Order: sequence, then C-alpha cells, then structure tokens
Amino acid sequence: MKREKTRIKNNLSFVLGVRRSWQLYLLLLPAMVYLLIFHYVPLYGIQIAFRDYSPGLGFSESPFVGLKHFIYFMKSPQFATLIKNTVSLNVLRLVFCFPFPIFLALVLNEASNARFQKLVQNLTYAPHFISTVVLCGMIVSFTSPSTGIINTFIQALGRKPIDFMGQESWFRPIYILSDMWKDTGWSSIIYLAALAGIDLSLHEAAQIDGASRLQRILYINIPGISATIIILLIMEFGRMMSLGFEKVYLLQNSLNLPVSEVISTYVYKTGLLGAKFSYTTAIDVFNSIINCGLLLIVNKISSRVGETSLF
Amino acid sequence: MNKKVYGSEKIFNMAINLILLLFGLIALYPLIFVVSASVSDPTAVNSGRVTLLPVGFNLKGYQAILKSKWIITGYRNSLFYTVSGTVLNVTVTLMAGYALSRRDLYGRRLITLFMMFTMWFSGGIITTYLVVNKIGLYNKWYTLILIGLVSVYNVIITRSFISGSIPMELQEAARIDGCNDFQIFARLIIPLSKPVTAILCLYYGLGHWNSYFNALIYLKDKNMQPLQIFLREILVQNETIHMSSDALDSLIERALMAQTMKYSLIVVASLPMLMIYPFLQKFFVKGVMIGSVKG
Repeated sequence: MKREKTRIKNNLSFVLGVRRSWQLYLLLLPAMVYLLIFHYVPLYGIQIAFRDYSPGLGFSESPFVGLKHFIYFMKSPQFATLIKNTVSLNVLRLVFCFPFPIFLALVLNEASNARFQKLVQNLTYAPHFISTVVLCGMIVSFTSPSTGIINTFIQALGRKPIDFMGQESWFRPIYILSDMWKDTGWSSIIYLAALAGIDLSLHEAAQIDGASRLQRILYINIPGISATIIILLIMEFGRMMSLGFEKVYLLQNSLNLPVSEVISTYVYKTGLLGAKFSYTTAIDVFNSIINCGLLLIVNKISSRVGETSLF
Repeated sequence: MNKKVYGSEKIFNMAINLILLLFGLIALYPLIFVVSASVSDPTAVNSGRVTLLPVGFNLKGYQAILKSKWIITGYRNSLFYTVSGTVLNVTVTLMAGYALSRRDLYGRRLITLFMMFTMWFSGGIITTYLVVNKIGLYNKWYTLILIGLVSVYNVIITRSFISGSIPMELQEAARIDGCNDFQIFARLIIPLSKPVTAILCLYYGLGHWNSYFNALIYLKDKNMQPLQIFLREILVQNETIHMSSDALDSLIERALMAQTMKYSLIVVASLPMLMIYPFLQKFFVKGVMIGSVKG
C-alpha cells in the first residue's frame, strides 16, 4: 500500500516536473538530438571493432569476429613504428611545449608596466589564430632550401642550406618548435587566471618578512598554481595517443614518413581512404583504452604524491 | 640598505622586461616577415633579400590572388560556413546553456551527465564517418554547418556564466510579470549574456574559419570546399595557383611570383581572425577562466 503510494507520487512528480520544464526541454532539444546522432550513435558503432563490418548489415548485424582486428593490428609490421612515433612526438611535446606557457605566465605576472604586459600578451596570443594549414604553409615556405628565410640566415653564416622538409631527422624539431610558437601564449592564459586567484595577503606577509620577488615566485606563485599545472598535465597524459591529426598529416611527405606516420594518420589513410572500417575502429578503441589507462595511472600517482587529482 | 634593495629590484624588472620582449618578438617576427614579403619585389623575396622590412613595393601578389577563381570560391564558401555556422552554433549553445543553468529543470543532473559523457567518450572518426554517410549528410552544402553544431565544453561555459552572473531574482520578477521560459530567454537572458556570446562567437568562428579536416573527409565537390582546402593545395602541396590566362604575362613571371603570392595568400587568409581577436581579448581571458571552473 505504501509502496503503491510512493509509486503514484513519483509518477505524479514526473508528470508535474516534465510539464513544468517542457519549454526548457524544447530549448535543449537541438543540442540533445545533435549529441545523440553525432556522438551516441557513433559510440554505439564502435562494436564493429569486434565485427567484420559490412555496410549492408550495419553496426549490430555484421558477423562477430572477437579480437581478430586487435590481434591483427598488434602483429602488423607497422605496430611498433606507429606506437614509437606517436609516443615520441607526444613525449617531446610534453617536455618542450608544456613548461613554456607556465614560464611565460609567471614572467607576465611580474611585469611592472601594465601596457607593456598587455602588448606582449596580445602579441603572443596572435599565432594561435592562424590556421594549421597556414602554419604548415609558412613552415614549408620558411624552410625551403632555395627561397626560405631560415636558409637565407644559414647561408649568411656561411653554411650550406638544409632541406628541412626532406630529412626525417628534422620532422620532430619542426613539429615541436612550430607548436611552441603557435600556442605558448594562448596556453599561458589559464595559468595567468590561476595566478590572479592567488591571495594577495600571502604576498604582503612575505614582503614584510623580507622575501625577494624571486623568492615570492618560487614559494608563493608556483605552489599557488601547482594544482592547475597538475590537472593540465594529467589531461595531457590522457591525450597521449591521440594528438592532433591535422598538423602531422599536413607536414607529412614521402621523405619523412618513417617518423611522421602516427596512429591517427594511419587510421585516416587505412580506414577512410582504404575503407578498412572494422580494423581501424579496433585501432581507435585500442588507442582510447591506452589513453584512459594512462590518465588513470597518472591521476592515481598524482593523488598519492601531491594530493591533487582530476577525480 | 634600502638603496641596495632598490637596485636589485631594478635589475629584476629589467630582466622581466627583457624576457617579455623576447617572447613578443619571437611571436611577432614571422608575422612581420610574411606581411613584408607579400608586398615586396618578387626577385628580392626569391633571393632572400627580404629579412624584416619590405624591399621594393609591389601588390602583384594580391592582384594575382584576386584573379584566381578557386581562391575566391574558397573565400566565399568559408565566409558562408563561418557566419551561418557560428550563428547556428551560438543560438543552440545559448539555448542549451540557459536550460541547464535552471536549477528547477526536471532531470537536470541526468541531462548534464548525458552531455558531459560525450566529452570523455567518443566513437572516433571511423564510426562518425559511417553515421554521417548513412544519414545522407555526405557532400552537402550544410554538412560542415551541422557536423559541429554544438560543443559541450561551450555549453558548460555558457551554463556557468548564466548561473553565475544573472541573478535568479531577475528571472522570478520576469515570471511574475507574466513571462514564460521562452520570453525570459529571449528578452532577459540573451541581452544579459553578451560577454559569453562574444566568447562563443570567437571560439566557434575561429573553429569554422580554420577547420579543414571535416571538409577533407566529408566534402567531395570542389565548388563547396572552404578556403583552407585550397590553401593546403597551394601552400603545402605547392600546386600552382589556377588563374585566368592573362593574369600573368609568362610562365617565367609566374614562377617568379610564386613565393610572393603565397605570402599574400597567407595574409589574406589570416587577416580576418587576426583583426578581430584584439577586440575580443578581454572576453576570451574571461572565457578561459569560466571554463576552468567546471563541475
């Protein structure tokens, strides 16, 4: 009897709730339909990683083949190269590109002239607004052995011009340096925001105690933004295996392919251009599992050691 | 004692300014070089005599671009995708963000979870491609507009902004005056959400203007391609710019012009965004700050 009552009450509150909120539901409708079609249906579709997908049969009717595609990928000759290229590019990015925005934010925060500070901010944000295609176009033009500005300088120093795009050893440095140029300023914004949130009374107290500005940076500002740094670092690890397809693909050519073929470009070429849908979906799933694993491991380490964690 | 402190302070400030100057110059130099090279004498560009400021003055690169049919087509298409796409994106995002900001929304937690879930788990490009193909969205004029209709991250920013800066009492007052939810949204929320609207316009607009991946996989028709696709052919793959035959007098001149033309093209393609962003700067700093407070 009592249960019956609660059931009626629940139903009633459901009806009332929906009736009260129907206009809000209508406002939500386009976004929800979009997410359903473009995110949830593809998510449902990843089961083809365990099937032999055929367009006529669809996602759930294609024949089940278990881990066939995963095993095939792990045994394929490209496997080791792909993993190595993807991981090394990401590790390099983490080592070289991650610290610079923090450094820039710390320095910007110390600027004594507000207008100069604003100017530098605006200048360093500018490259972020240039498209990846244009950035790669600039790289190709700048590094050209005959007309490129970089080789003009090299020749002015009395050296021979270098064919940067034609040598695989230059691919990674070019990728990393251009990444730094494009996004150091933009990525510094979040640290600046974190710095702005540090309690001013800490600085006042330190000043009274005679701390120098360098000491205040080291003992107040850096610890003050360390939570932000760690969270971003953890998220960076969670993206380890799936870095930006666009720039790698654009900078790729037959000469640097041995170091520039990464998982995402391989998936694009074999999956979409080569129509091996099930096989490449399996690679995608494999990728996500590694990403997720890395995220969880780093998160665990960080919550043990530094008491900061994502969740 | 005091003087000594003052002296070290001075050195510290100088060091800071020097580092900042260095950062600023590194960011600026490639941009200045591109602009200078785009208006310089082509022979000077090819022989490496342009290093900072323009050598000679010449707008032939820009003239050549204006005569290229495909660049004009791409520019027109990109403008269309950016403007119509952004309008649609911002509308849908504001609607969803507002609804989610309402604490009395029935099932709010479940809906938020439904949305946030997609930020962490996605189907990957292969299955997304198959779905897009299946529903007949491949190679249509509205493909690029619908494919990135809403970003959940932006919805969350909008939700946080609205619930943080528009007092609930205002909405209550409007309700007492007889407004329903639609009217509150149209007459109260939209006018008061200008800062977040600016951020959304910037994020979505930049995304549309600069994106090339979706066009690469979902569009086949050359007439519908956005500018970035043509930029890739010319700037990265070194294909010659297609022009009407009288655009340049000879093949030799065409070869001579190639570099200058590329630099002009970079300027023309990047100018819209580089001109807009300084005005929106105060907004996107705010946007990052709202975005960093999630949950």
